[in-house]
Amino acid sequence: MSESNMVQRYTPNERGNHWIVAVCFVLAACSGLALFHPSFYFLSAVLGGGPWSRILHPFVGVLMFAFFFVIMARFWNLNRINDADRKWMQRVRDVIMNRDEGLPEVGKYNAAQKYLFWTIVVCLWLMLATGLVMWRPYLAEQFPIWLIRISVLVHALAAFVLITGIIVHIYSAIWVKGSLQAMVRGTVTANWAKAHHRAWYREVTGK
Amino acid sequence: MSALDITARSATTTPSPGVRQTAEIAKLIDESKCIGCKACQVACMNWNDLRDEIGTNVGVYDNPNDLTSNSWTVMRFFEVETEPNHLEWLIRKDGCMHCDDPGCLTACPAPGAIVKYSNGIVDFVSENCIGCGYCVAGCPFDVPRISKKDNKAYKCTLCSDRVAVGQAPACAKACPTGAIGFGTKTDMKGYAEKRVGELKERGFKDAGVYDPQGVGGTHVMYVLKHADKPELEGLPRNPEVSPMVSFWKGVTKPIAAAVMGLAVFGGFLHYVTVGPKEVDEADKDRSDSEKEAV
Ligand code: HEM
Ligand code: SF4
Repeated sequence: MSESNMVQRYTPNERGNHWIVAVCFVLAACSGLALFHPSFYFLSAVLGGGPWSRILHPFVGVLMFAFFFVIMARFWNLNRINDADRKWMQRVRDVIMNRDEGLPEVGKYNAAQKYLFWTIVVCLWLMLATGLVMWRPYLAEQFPIWLIRISVLVHALAAFVLITGIIVHIYSAIWVKGSLQAMVRGTVTANWAKAHHRAWYREVTGK
Repeated sequence: MSALDITARSATTTPSPGVRQTAEIAKLIDESKCIGCKACQVACMNWNDLRDEIGTNVGVYDNPNDLTSNSWTVMRFFEVETEPNHLEWLIRKDGCMHCDDPGCLTACPAPGAIVKYSNGIVDFVSENCIGCGYCVAGCPFDVPRISKKDNKAYKCTLCSDRVAVGQAPACAKACPTGAIGFGTKTDMKGYAEKRVGELKERGFKDAGVYDPQGVGGTHVMYVLKHADKPELEGLPRNPEVSPMVSFWKGVTKPIAAAVMGLAVFGGFLHYVTVGPKEVDEADKDRSDSEKEAV
């Protein structure tokens, strides 16, 4: 495939940023899920057992938040929902069934990606706030017990939403062939761009 | 006490061994007999080999002025006016209540870090404790304390090691006035009722037993002079595992776990039925115009 056939989608900086968040997510999710339900307790082994999971989890979470914050600032405007997105969303069944003909033109992100972006934004802010409240041994003692009780509940619910969202996110990268390369090498093929993000393709190539 | 006697175990979804049923035991703290001498506090430190840091006097007799990871029982002193111009000095021995439905055990995410024995004792198995503090959020009585030294949770064990060999808890043994009774729960309830009757005769018309049913009853009970107003002594009137905790630990989690599992499996199914979205890279003329629009 000739170079000219490729379109740049992510800069090295953006890719590095994304993968730092991704690694933090996996570690935070494993150590968190271990505490979430006994059926996941074996995942505590990932960070070296129960106590290590408990110790490291909040640090990993805060690191994830910090790096996600940069992504959030970078991609905020690209994820504004517009009318075309609402139309696209009405045909989401067709998208799922791979019947992509005649879908409204999509910019850098489609509506589903945008909604996922906002889901992550909301979840991570919630998880940061509630996670800090329940953080032992450093912070939890500063907070009243009722607030800690609300926090563990909200933290667990937000984690559930976030993890389910990320499962969909990861599957999408497997499902839509050619997209993984965007985040690994930074480029996509022109045909990929035309097929999935035509408005964005026109914008970056001027064609 | 062998492993056979464990009837509930934290973060464990299968039943614990249950063929053998031992008699339920209880400690009965008769506040009307307590003189606040703190012999029980000393006996607790002594038997459990604990020494708290020397604290500061906060102006009341409470010393230390709260439960800590080294002080598993603390005498709390209350100066209350139960009637106008009638000052009463109430003294309560605070510590774990050994709930029949222990919120700490429900909340704990570490398998086997909290166990309940068939005799009713709730015990922390510190080596399995990961220090998350969920038990603190789960307890309706604000009892567990996380040690600053090792980040493990501690509380009264009801002297499970002594009870296992047929001894009464150290505090009960040490009490010079017999204010701390120990025996089977049935016996202790019977004795408590008798004491309540005597107190009523002596004019404490609201005397009663504190064995709150919201947590399934407790294996540490009180005879209170003012059982109609337990909050006079910092006891919750209707303690129960907070609805927030029950919801967090209840059906929500298995359902959430199942949904996450199904999401992964659903993705796999989608891939093998609907299949991936591929772009035909050989299609040299995928024109820049709306080829796709039909
Ligand atoms: C943003 C910063 C975060 C902080 C400060 C934080 C902090 C905490 C704390 C203190 C706990 C209690 C247990 C422990 O001490 O390990 C916890 C539990 C948990 N965390 Fe986080 N966390 C954060 C981010 C995350 C992320 C990104 C995820 C998921 C990917 C996550 C998933 C979980 C889960 C599933 C639990 C268990 C909840 C339960 O037991 O119900 N957390 N978190
Ligand atoms: S009083 Fe608190 S620590 Fe003791 S058994 Fe009940 S919930 Fe657990």
